[in-house]
Amino acid sequence: MAIATRTRKSPRRERLEAAVNYPIDWLEERSGLIGGIRYFLFRKVPGDTNWFHTLGSATLTAFLVQAVTGVILAMYYKPEPKTAYASIQHITNDVTLGWLVRGMHKWGASVFIILMFFHMARVFLFGAYKYPRELNWIIGVMLLVIGMLEGFTGYLLPWDQTAYWATIVGINLNGTAPFLGPYIAQFLRGGAEIGPDTLARFYSMHMLLIPGAIFALIGLHLYLVVRLGVSSPPWSKEAAGADWVEEQEVSTDGRRAGLTRPVPRNYVRGQRGDSA
Amino acid sequence: MEPEHRDQPHLPGPTVYPIGFAAGVATLLVGLVVSPTVIAPIGGAIAMPAPATAPAVPADVGEAAMPPPAPGERFARSRFLEGATLGLGGVIGGVVTVPVLGMALGPAFGKQGKHRVDLGSIDNFPQGDWEIAHFFLHPDEGEVTRRTAYIRYNGLLSGKPSFTIISNRCAHLGCPVQPNGPSFPDQTKNFGTGGGQEVTLIKMLPAGGFGCPCHGGQYDTEGNRTAGPPVRSLDRYEYAIDNGHLILGKTYSVAHVDGTGSTAVIHRYGLAGPGQHIDGWEQIFYPLQPPH
Repeated sequence: MAIATRTRKSPRRERLEAAVNYPIDWLEERSGLIGGIRYFLFRKVPGDTNWFHTLGSATLTAFLVQAVTGVILAMYYKPEPKTAYASIQHITNDVTLGWLVRGMHKWGASVFIILMFFHMARVFLFGAYKYPRELNWIIGVMLLVIGMLEGFTGYLLPWDQTAYWATIVGINLNGTAPFLGPYIAQFLRGGAEIGPDTLARFYSMHMLLIPGAIFALIGLHLYLVVRLGVSSPPWSKEAAGADWVEEQEVSTDGRRAGLTRPVPRNYVRGQRGDSA
Repeated sequence: MEPEHRDQPHLPGPTVYPIGFAAGVATLLVGLVVSPTVIAPIGGAIAMPAPATAPAVPADVGEAAMPPPAPGERFARSRFLEGATLGLGGVIGGVVTVPVLGMALGPAFGKQGKHRVDLGSIDNFPQGDWEIAHFFLHPDEGEVTRRTAYIRYNGLLSGKPSFTIISNRCAHLGCPVQPNGPSFPDQTKNFGTGGGQEVTLIKMLPAGGFGCPCHGGQYDTEGNRTAGPPVRSLDRYEYAIDNGHLILGKTYSVAHVDGTGSTAVIHRYGLAGPGQHIDGWEQIFYPLQPPH
């Protein structure tokens, strides 16, 4: 991991580089983390990717904003029927920059959901869900579902009339599901009637259960992105994906290229990768 | 495959010393609590390492002399350890998961619970008039258990007072239905009936029945659906008369009501969630309700 030495360097510069490299090498030798970061970030991507390919990162950023602002809001929010609404008023009106952080969380929630749909539309229209990325589409759908569950559970927390009645309607909608519906509704409510337990339950799901699941699924989602490589747009003339994916394409005689279009007729194995 | 080495001598010889050591430590710890001067030293003595009496193992016998295992060769001990790891891990996982799941999912099977709401003297309900009644299902849990019922006194039926008590929970998705007609806030009665119960009665005239503000469900004054998305009639409360007081009990669901007032025939079912069919062919979708 040492930086390649150039021929002429002043002794001062060499000492400086050694001082910078020492802790990095120390960390790399013991953890391999630096290599991990290189594996994660320094990847080949098709030359003709465009801004549409940033929608996934934008969704991730929106989620991280929600996570950070949510943690701070949890320092002031009191999930009790008698105190919840008052604590939200306190956050909005009294706490330093509380109005801003709460606003980021409230509007960021919509941004997160909207970006998920844009990202999904991009993947769909570019055909990026096709072989070998079907599994990542499935994980993405799971993220979409629990992302909306996160929105549903968070909607109750202000504990005002809108939140209360919207949640009643939402729980009863779940209750109309065939066969299991009545039990799902009771599970969400924490009993036969909506009450103090409902708010605590929704709070726990909103800040612990669902975010944990979202983090785990995002980890899998990104792992598959790194492993399979970024797909190129449908109009691209360039092969795309991780090197081993290309090897696989060629070995199956071009019929299951599967990325976004067939492998070009003049494609030669190893044409692109110099470090397969 | 090579024969197993089960017949090799076990060197040094097997010993129960680890068991003695554990027993000694246990005795020592108990002794520290019970009797630091007598029992604790005894435990210490038991746990003291025994003098090494086993002979040194020559290099050409025992484990050192064993041939290296063939590729893929499995030993009874490794199989046992694998099974023990999986088995113990499964047991530990189960011991943790069962109570956690039980606690999380338990409420899904919970009952409606008993409540007994005292709405005060039946003299507050003139015959033929409607009252909006606000009350607490559980006064100790506060506002979140506030409920509303629409109540009409139908007069005596074979000597007993008869009431029509309709829940305001819409049978579509649970929004609060409103009377289609005027209410008279200047004729409001507020009173407590003990146990923290605060009752508010407001006179009203639901000439056009009841309507839901959320999705437009409409009901007549018996709670029968007349229009909109609801799948059945409005729920009702059980009631009893105790010492001249009107007492509300459990809620139950109603498919439909024939007739009106004290002689109405109520097609009654156990409490079901809003939007759930309780009669007609669609009831097959809700075969099992949580116990009520």
